[in-house]
Amino acid sequence: MSTRLASGGRLVDQGQPINFSFNGNTLKGYAGDTLASALLANDQMLVGRSFKYHRPRGIVASGVEEPNALVNLGSGGTFEPNQRATTTELFDGLQATSQNHWPSLEFDVGAINAKLARFMPAGFYYKMFIHPRPLWKHVYEPFIRQAAGLGKAPKVRDEDTYEHFYAFCDVLVVGGGMAGLTAAKSAAASGAQVLVFEQTAHWGGRAPVDGGIVDGTPVDKVVDKLVSELSDMPNVTMRLRTMGAGVYDHGYVLGYEQLRDHAPKAQGPRHRLWRIRAGHVITATGALERPLSFAGNDIPGVMLASAVRDYVVNYGVSPGDRTVVVTNNDDAYRTALAIKHAGLSVPVILDARVPETDSPLMTAAKDAGIRVLMGHGVAKVLGGKRVTGVAVCAQAGEGAILEEIECDTVAMSGGWSPVVHLWSHCGGKLSWDNDFAMFRPDVDKAPTGQDGSGFVSAAGAANGHFGLSEVLSDAHASGGTAAKATGHAKSRRKAPKAESVDEAPMAPVWLMPQGAGVTLRGKAWLDYQNDVKVSDVQLAAQEGFESVEHAKRYTTLGMATDQGKLSNINGLAILSDALDQPIPQTGTTTFRPPYTPISMGAIGGEARGEVFQPVRRTAMYDWHEANGADWEPVGQWRRPLAYVQPGENLHDAVMRETKNVRENLGLLDASTLGKIIVKGPDAGRFLDMLYTNMMSTLKPGKCRYGLMCGENGFLIDDGVVARIDEDTFLCHTTTGGAEHIHGHMEEWLQTEWWDWKVYVANVTEQYAQIAVVGPKARAALEALGGMDVSQEELGFMEWADGSIGGFDVRVYRISFSGELSYEIAVKASEGQAFWDALMAVGAAHDVMPYGTEALHILRAEKGFIMIGDETDGTVIPQDLGLHWALSKKKEDYLGKRAHLRTHMADPTRWKLVGLETTDGSVLPDGAYAVAEGTNDNGQRNVQGRVTSTYHSPNLDKGIAMGLILNGPDRMGEVLEFPGTDGKTHSARIVSPVFYDPEGEKQNV
Amino acid sequence: MLILTCPCCGQTGEESEFHGGGEAHLKRFGPGSSDADFEGYMFMRENPKGVHFERWRHAYGCGKWFHAARCTMTLEVFGTYPAQTTEPPKELRDKISKKRPGWSWGAFS
Repeated sequence: MSTRLASGGRLVDQGQPINFSFNGNTLKGYAGDTLASALLANDQMLVGRSFKYHRPRGIVASGVEEPNALVNLGSGGTFEPNQRATTTELFDGLQATSQNHWPSLEFDVGAINAKLARFMPAGFYYKMFIHPRPLWKHVYEPFIRQAAGLGKAPKVRDEDTYEHFYAFCDVLVVGGGMAGLTAAKSAAASGAQVLVFEQTAHWGGRAPVDGGIVDGTPVDKVVDKLVSELSDMPNVTMRLRTMGAGVYDHGYVLGYEQLRDHAPKAQGPRHRLWRIRAGHVITATGALERPLSFAGNDIPGVMLASAVRDYVVNYGVSPGDRTVVVTNNDDAYRTALAIKHAGLSVPVILDARVPETDSPLMTAAKDAGIRVLMGHGVAKVLGGKRVTGVAVCAQAGEGAILEEIECDTVAMSGGWSPVVHLWSHCGGKLSWDNDFAMFRPDVDKAPTGQDGSGFVSAAGAANGHFGLSEVLSDAHASGGTAAKATGHAKSRRKAPKAESVDEAPMAPVWLMPQGAGVTLRGKAWLDYQNDVKVSDVQLAAQEGFESVEHAKRYTTLGMATDQGKLSNINGLAILSDALDQPIPQTGTTTFRPPYTPISMGAIGGEARGEVFQPVRRTAMYDWHEANGADWEPVGQWRRPLAYVQPGENLHDAVMRETKNVRENLGLLDASTLGKIIVKGPDAGRFLDMLYTNMMSTLKPGKCRYGLMCGENGFLIDDGVVARIDEDTFLCHTTTGGAEHIHGHMEEWLQTEWWDWKVYVANVTEQYAQIAVVGPKARAALEALGGMDVSQEELGFMEWADGSIGGFDVRVYRISFSGELSYEIAVKASEGQAFWDALMAVGAAHDVMPYGTEALHILRAEKGFIMIGDETDGTVIPQDLGLHWALSKKKEDYLGKRAHLRTHMADPTRWKLVGLETTDGSVLPDGAYAVAEGTNDNGQRNVQGRVTSTYHSPNLDKGIAMGLILNGPDRMGEVLEFPGTDGKTHSARIVSPVFYDPEGEKQNV
Repeated sequence: MLILTCPCCGQTGEESEFHGGGEAHLKRFGPGSSDADFEGYMFMRENPKGVHFERWRHAYGCGKWFHAARCTMTLEVFGTYPAQTTEPPKELRDKISKKRPGWSWGAFS
């Protein structure tokens, strides 16, 4: 069993007990513990279940690479799933629950999958869930959804806050171990601004556990000294609990700081996302130990050798009384010695190598009385929910059992892999190192910055240097390189010197024993979280998934939340072996940021709730709000959909407003419509290119409706253009179009017709614009007094400047409703006052404000198109019967050439018509008109679709517009529109102009 | 996230300050052009592994369009220049030739 040792633990304070709970049981830990070390101290080795077979899973590692110990943390508004116990610092009151089991961790029904493992090999889901097709939706998908995911999704809103933090530095050092600190010191000594990140709560990395002597001082004391020196330097910033998450183009780096995950009662944001521009990045990210692939290596109690050492030395926790060490390298001997030193038993070290002479570490182990078996390995691990022993075999054989040894922990080491993730994120290349059987950064192929030179250096173990003395000299040199790259003179300081320890070379061991048969291979795990075994990767290769990227996706190797930190190298070694090719030829899968998962909250930062994005408000926003506005977002604007009065619902309000405009007087806040000034001697010529119809012939004082197409011929915007004077036009755009149409104009002016004398300015927000609409509009304006607004003085499609009710106004006689209509612009600052004046004078004329829904119904009654309803980026003016707006006189305009393309000129393009249901009901929006027969997918053929559909209170029936095959030639024909409600709606093809087809009401 | 320098206002900024606009130096073909010419102008684009010329707009700065010469593999930016031209400046082409001997892109080399 695992337990707390009576003394020891350099990171824990045994004088400070802490209570926490796991699956509802209250347990005791100490300050300084991680959740994992505290669970082990309470003999809780079993912490979860695997994804596919629901196998029991125990703690394997002591850091970020942990694949198994994922827990749900917290509750309510602080609940978070999939948190690694090994990186979760313990605090008083911490609540954790295990994941992916039912009904309990100890007894899990899903574990039946393990018994069926033989029938669930690689690609099982792809093979099983494809036929018969119809079963997918109602049987397979719900089943997979039920089974998918490890943790539970949070049910309530996250109550914590998060922030973004922008930073600049000359040199960013990621990793606060000996390599990182040494590199930082070397760079900082040259005067560079240095930022140092360490993902854990402690400086020094592995060095204090692994030991060593630097310049005559024990390495843990050297760490303390370095940290204190760096902290005193004004040009150095140090951050613990901050991970370098990703390296991006040109020195952009994301850091992830966990400010109070360890102290949830503290104030302030929980996580901080650092957005850094670094001149040079040093990745001193260390290395990760690899597991060994032997049968039963997933049974709780089988751990990484370095992790066992960490728990003993750092936390004073014994993972087990009797630990068998199995290795292919010298480093695991340190674990054996640490266990022995703690007074625990190491029955045997199984070393797969057969060295000619003993290395100093081997001698030390033997001197400590530990039995060492060279050339041996584990045939299989004995036990179910906990290791009970190992069966020993010869590594060279096929697994014949020579001896069984009782133990409750197995400490394994398959060698070390440099953490090359950050190096690789932005294109750094790797090379294969045969001596250490690992990928290491190819120093000649670093990620490059804007000037074409490398901006990342790896240092220490991350660069493939393992002995302390090599680490220090490499890190010192990296610091100097980084300083020089950012324009600082290299410091002349000498690198610190460590006493070197000779180690025997490691030997690559990808399968144990090397001749393991099919039964053993089927129990030798590569990916613990996703249940991928040696046999699965071999099957993938056999079935032709030879590319490492394909094999990964087929087997799900390395696709779990740990992203293959433990499994990737072992997996691709197995794949290479199966394909009979060298490992570098197989290559690695792509390393993508973030290095370990970061919270969604940190990514969002402050941008949530009201500050998620700015809201644009018109001058009359507060009035609308106070008068029952039901808001509709239109781009970043908020427009009233309708003004709901007490006692009515939204639909009632829309009907009332729509009727009132036709019968009396309506006011619409039209301020959001885009207003762009186009000015200059070539303004007319320019607008002739932008609009499909002729604008240069427009007389000052007049207005003209225009269409805009992109160069590819599709409609992008429409609106009324007013000619202000010979050189000046004011172009109205749609509400959503103001910014991008302004951009569109700038683009053509700057990049194609840059010699034309035209200037454009977006003045949308300078004006408040109010549409005064309805048969009583003129009477109301006349009552307010001022300029002459009679038909004679200000006719339809004319504009004039003047004064109304004491306000300076520009009045446009334009109509989007078919009624007598004045759109009146005033200075934005006077918008509310003018609105108030209109409401006051309008009282005698039955005035009502109306919103965008009434606006839509009114325009649909008139058959006016709406950009975004009748158009969707595939519609050309010809589809909408707008031929009249396509100039035949102009030689050129944007879209003209495209309209000649065969598909654009195709007579079978769907065309705009009106649609009227046979029973007066409202057609469903977006519904398709079905035709005879079915397509290749067995779906009904279609011959058109609904683009706008409303109930018209003025006509008291449903009206709609749609694009229909040969529509204008099929007037009176009845089409069928199946709805998503299961009903089929019948509608007759009619003219799209339902109301006042002669246009008499607007021109009075 | 790239770092670019706007040749119009001289500001060096983050990529988020700019807006990419696709391939540079397209020649417009309007009414009267052949189907092949129009297709080439409208749809056919260079997709090089290496030297590339592209359009950018300093959208959250001075608002001006400009061109950038960039390596799509190493992300090296060889230079930026105003959009009011039909070909990359000779100086820049010479500079690229020094770093990438034998490069060619569209009609330029």
